[in-house]
Amino acid sequence: MSARVGIVVFPGSNCEQDVSRSMRDLGLETTMVWHADRELPDVDIVVLPGGFAHGDYLRTGALARFSPVMDAVRDHSLRGRLTIGICNGFQVLCEAGLLPGALRKNAGLKFLCKWVDMRVENAATPFTSRTEAGQVLRIPINHFEGNWYCEQDELERLRSTGQIVLRYVDNPNGSLDDVAGIANETFTTFGLMPHPERACEALLGSTDGALIFGSMLDHVSNTAAV
Amino acid sequence: MSFVASVNVMLKEGIADPQGSTIQRALPALGFAGVGDVRVGKHIVLKVDASTPDEARERVEQMCQQLLSNPVIESFEVVVE
Repeated sequence: MSARVGIVVFPGSNCEQDVSRSMRDLGLETTMVWHADRELPDVDIVVLPGGFAHGDYLRTGALARFSPVMDAVRDHSLRGRLTIGICNGFQVLCEAGLLPGALRKNAGLKFLCKWVDMRVENAATPFTSRTEAGQVLRIPINHFEGNWYCEQDELERLRSTGQIVLRYVDNPNGSLDDVAGIANETFTTFGLMPHPERACEALLGSTDGALIFGSMLDHVSNTAAV
Repeated sequence: MSFVASVNVMLKEGIADPQGSTIQRALPALGFAGVGDVRVGKHIVLKVDASTPDEARERVEQMCQQLLSNPVIESFEVVVE
């Protein structure tokens, strides 16, 4: 079976079409959801895509967190339904408190747009089940605020629970503990700075991003079959 | 009544501030020696309706907790005139 995906579009989002195209190619059904809507359509997966929601004014994600649709996104996430934030979407989920930590300016104060390698630290999540622990994924980053941070005791907890799902092989932005992608306690909400939607076709240089979207499709299919 | 409130939002102590350290490295090149601990933050000025200065401060502190700062990485201080 397929999975229904709602892609939230904020003013300033700019990766929603790429996410939609790459997910459709994998067999997922996608629909756009405007940020001012108060309800989500009947979907299995919510995506907060990359871009510059509300211009990133004040802080990245700070204003998007209060968009009308976010109450429904919060409800979807807290009910344990799959929610993924990519780049700016990751920043929004952290600001909303649905993922731990916060994203700071890159340590080198440079906007980074390049291919990076990241290692799968936890392959037993709905977002990485098509990968193996230790596998290195090649997916591009495109951000100025990707320098993830949390307090030390929180970091220790995240290490022990396996919520640190992806780590950079060669840390590009100063992110604490090389964190590239992190999950919530139930492993149903996930955020990452790299853009899987830009690594779903061999022509673009990598298909590793499709492993993440494909894992999500499997999770929805398997959950529905039970 | 309305009051003018000033808010300073800073990265928490102990959190690396790459903007501050870049400025700190640039200053000696301009002849400003003896500068340390440079930190960069945000200064936000608001006019708020309230009946007392304390009420104005309380309202602005709530704004800081909800929107103007991110408590994971930032601290804030509020000054009401």
